[in-house]
Amino acid sequence: MALLEMRGISKTFPGVRALDNVTLAVEAGEIHAICGENGAGKSTLMKVLSGVYPHGTYEGDIVYDGATMAFRGITDSEAKGIIIIHQELALIPLLSIAENLFLGNERARGGVINWHETMAQTETLLRKVGLSDAPTTPVGKLGVGKQQLVEIAKALAKDVRLLILDEPTAALQENDSQKLLDLLLELKAQGVTSIIISHKLNEISRVADRITVIRDGASVSTLNTGDITEERIIRDMVGRDMAHRYPDREPHVGEMLMEVSGWNVWHPEQKDRQMIRDVAFTVRKGEIVGIAGLMGAGRTELAMSVFGRSYGRNISGSVKIGGKVANTTTVARAIDAGLAYVTEDRKVLGLVLEEPIVRNITLANLAGVATRGMLDKRRESQVAERYRKAMAIRTPGVFQKVVNLSGGNQQKVVLSKWLFTNPQVLILDEPTRGIDVGAKFEIYSIMNELAAQGRGVVMISSEMPELLGMCDRIYVMNEGRIMGELSRTEASQERIMALILMNSGKAA
Amino acid sequence: MSDQSKGAGAHLSGHLRENGMLVALVAIVTLFLLLVRVFEGVDFLSAQNITNLFLQNSYVIIMALGMLLVIVAGHIDLSVGSVVGFTGAVAAVLTVNLDWPVWAVVPACLGVGLLIGAAQGYWVAYWRIPSFIVTLAGMLVFRGLTLWLLAGQNIGPFPKSFQSLSTGFIPDLFGVGKPNLTALALVTVCALAIVLLGWKARARDAEFGMEQEAVLIFTIRNLIVSAALIFVGYKLASFRGLPNVVVILAVLTVLYAFFTESTTTGRRIYALGGNEKAAKLSGIKTERLVFLTFCNMGVLAALAGMIVAARLNSSTPKAGAGFELDVIAAVFIGGASMSGGVGKILGVVVGALIMGVMNNGMSIMGIGIDYQQVIKGLVLLAAVIFDVYNKSK
Repeated sequence: MALLEMRGISKTFPGVRALDNVTLAVEAGEIHAICGENGAGKSTLMKVLSGVYPHGTYEGDIVYDGATMAFRGITDSEAKGIIIIHQELALIPLLSIAENLFLGNERARGGVINWHETMAQTETLLRKVGLSDAPTTPVGKLGVGKQQLVEIAKALAKDVRLLILDEPTAALQENDSQKLLDLLLELKAQGVTSIIISHKLNEISRVADRITVIRDGASVSTLNTGDITEERIIRDMVGRDMAHRYPDREPHVGEMLMEVSGWNVWHPEQKDRQMIRDVAFTVRKGEIVGIAGLMGAGRTELAMSVFGRSYGRNISGSVKIGGKVANTTTVARAIDAGLAYVTEDRKVLGLVLEEPIVRNITLANLAGVATRGMLDKRRESQVAERYRKAMAIRTPGVFQKVVNLSGGNQQKVVLSKWLFTNPQVLILDEPTRGIDVGAKFEIYSIMNELAAQGRGVVMISSEMPELLGMCDRIYVMNEGRIMGELSRTEASQERIMALILMNSGKAA
Repeated sequence: MSDQSKGAGAHLSGHLRENGMLVALVAIVTLFLLLVRVFEGVDFLSAQNITNLFLQNSYVIIMALGMLLVIVAGHIDLSVGSVVGFTGAVAAVLTVNLDWPVWAVVPACLGVGLLIGAAQGYWVAYWRIPSFIVTLAGMLVFRGLTLWLLAGQNIGPFPKSFQSLSTGFIPDLFGVGKPNLTALALVTVCALAIVLLGWKARARDAEFGMEQEAVLIFTIRNLIVSAALIFVGYKLASFRGLPNVVVILAVLTVLYAFFTESTTTGRRIYALGGNEKAAKLSGIKTERLVFLTFCNMGVLAALAGMIVAARLNSSTPKAGAGFELDVIAAVFIGGASMSGGVGKILGVVVGALIMGVMNNGMSIMGIGIDYQQVIKGLVLLAAVIFDVYNKSK
C-alpha cells in the first residue's frame, strides 16, 4: 500500500516553474530514492511535502496514509511523522546532544524540563543510531558524520514514520556514509519508510528499493532498483545527448594571459592550517580553463585569494597578467589589473538583492558611469539596458529588484556586472549552480563568447560533465594542491577521479 | 508575468511610502491646526510658531541626515546626544572662558566632533566591534566628559555672534524688510527647482521603462510640496525673515540628498548596507566607508551641539540628553531599514518634521510629557509596522 502519494504537484516561483505536474508514490516500508540534476526540483518537491511551502502555494494533492493533507508548516507535517533532514544540518552547535534531540519537543511538564527522562531517552536513541557519545556532549564537538546521526536520532524522537534525507552523504567520508546507509536499512527493518535524495548512484543502488528520476521539474520515471542500470538513470536524469548540452565552439587559444605561480595560502583563523600549497596555473587568451575537484579541495579558496586576497592570510606567490607582475593585493587593484571573479554564492556574495538590476550591474565599475564622483544616471541606465539586451536578461525592466529574478537571470546580472569592468580574465566559481537547464546553456554560450573575444575564462565546477563539455584544459585540485592537468583530449571523468584519488590514497 | 506585476507592485509601494509620509505630515499639521485653534485659540501656523518649529527641531534634522548614512551602512550611533552635550560644552569653554572668537570656535568644535566620530568609527570599521556597543560606550564617556568639562555648572551666556548660529536671521538683501523679499525669492526658487528636478527624473525613468506613478499623483504631490514651501516662506518672510538655521538645514538637506542619490560614494554606502560581502567583492572599501560615515556623524553632532548651545544661550551638563532617540526615531519613521541599505534623505527630513510637529503641537496644547512620549512611541511603531506590512504584501 502506498504510504504517500503526491499527485500532479506544480510549483511556480517568479520567473521559473520549479515543479510541473510531478507525481511520486512511496510504498510503506520502502527506501525510495529521488535522483535528478542540480536544480531539477528535488528539494522543492520535498519542501512542498514537508509544508515549508504551505498548502495553497502549490497545485496538486498530497495523499498520506489514505487522507489528503493540507500542511500549513513543518509543525503540521512533523505531527504526522514526516521528518525532513536538510543538507545543511539544523543542529545548534553549542547545545548538548540531549538538548538538540528534544529541541521544540522537550520532555517537560508545565514548561519544566525533566532532565532525568531526557537523558535516559537520549541514551536509548543514541544507541539506536549507533552513537556512543555522552548525551551532554555539545553537538559542535562532533564530526559531520556523527551530527548526521544525531539528526536521525532527533527524527526518531519525534516518532518518525516517513524520513526524508536530502543529500545525506554529500559531506561525509566513505566510512561515515556506509554507517549511515546501514542505519537506514536497519530503520527500514523497523518499519520506517525513507526518501533519500542523492547523486551517488552506487549508494542508491545499494539501499533503495525504487528510484524516481526528476528532470527539469517533472517526474520522468519510477523504477525498481533491481531492474535498472546506472546508464539508464543517467539517461533519464540528463534526458538528452551530451553533445547538445553545450554550445558548439571553435577554440582559438592565443598567447599567455595570466600566470599564477608559487601560490600559498593559510587559513584565516587556524594559523597552522595551509589551505593552498604551491599552486601554479596559467590561462591563455581565448582559453576556457577548468578547475575540477571535490568539495573542500581548495578551489574557491584559490580563486578568492588570487582575487584581491579576499580569502586567507600569509598569502605568497605571484600573479602575472600579460607578462607583467600584477598587483592584486586588494579587490579594487585586482579589478584594475583585469581580473573578475563571479562568486559561487550569488545571493550572499554576488548581488545586492534588494537593489535594482541597474545598480547591481554598475556596482563594480561606478567610475564608468560617473564624472568626478558624480553619477550620470542616464548613462548608467543605458549601460544596464545594453547588458539586459546582450545577455537576454528576462525582466520587465532594469529597475526591477534582482531578488525577483530567477537564478539564471540573477547569474546574468552578476556576469554583466563583471563584464562592465572589462576584465581580461574571468574566474567563474560554479557558474551554473542552481540554474535550470535552459539558462545553463545560455551561460555556456556567454562563456564561449567571452573566450572568442580573446579573454581568458577560468571555470570552477563540481559537475565534471560540464567541465568536460566546456573546457580546453582542466586542472584537478585536491587538498589545496593541483594534482594534475588534463587537455581536452585527455580529460575524462575517470581520469579526473583518478587524479583526485591519487592523493586521498596517500592520505589514507 | 508574475514577475512583472510583483516588480511593479514593489516599485509603486516605494512611492506609496513617500506619498504616505507626506500625507501623514499634512494630516498631522492639519490636525494640530484645528485642535490648537479650537482648544487654545491660537494659530498653529503663525509666523512665530513656524520659526519656533524650525529652531526647536533643527538639531534633530541635522543629525538625522548623518544618522541615515550610519543606519544605511548597517550600523547605529547611540552617542550623538552625549556628543551634542560635549561639543556644546567645548564651545562654551572656548567662547566664554577662553574668549575665542566665533570663527575659531566653530571649526574647532567641528574638529572635535570629527575626532569623536573617527575614534568610534575606528573600532566599528576596522575592529568590527558592534556599533551598538562602541557608541553605547561613547554615550556614557561623552556624557561624563561633559559633566567634567562643565564641572557640573552651566556656562554662558554666549556672545551675540555665537548665538546667531541658531537665533540669527538672514538680512533682506533687497532692503524692504517686511515681507522679507530675499526669503520669498529663495523659497520660490527652491520650489521651482524641486518641481523641475522631479519632472526630469520622471522623464528619464520613463525612457528606461521604469513604472511611473500617475501624472495626477505626481502633480498633486508637487503642488502640495510647492504650496507648503511657499506658504512657510511667506510666513517666515512676514515675521523676521529666514532663520540662519533654516538656511543651514536647507543647504545640508540638498547636499546630502545629492550625495546619497548621485555620487559614487553615496551609492557605495547603500550597496555596503544592502550586502557588505558583495560590496567588498566588487572592489568597494567597506571598512573605510563605515569609518567615514561615523566621522560624518560626529561632525554633524558637533554642529547640532553648537546650535543647541546657541539656542539655549548656555551649555548645560544635560544638553542633548535623549536626543539620540529622537534622531533614530526620525530616521526609522522616515523609512530607513534596521538591516541597512534602505532609506532616503527626504524621507528622513519628513520623518524628523513629523516628530517635530508633534513635539511642538502637543506642547502648545499643554499635553504632559508623559503622554507625549507614549504618542511618539506609538507613531514610531505604526510607521515601521506600515513599512513591514507593505513589504510583506
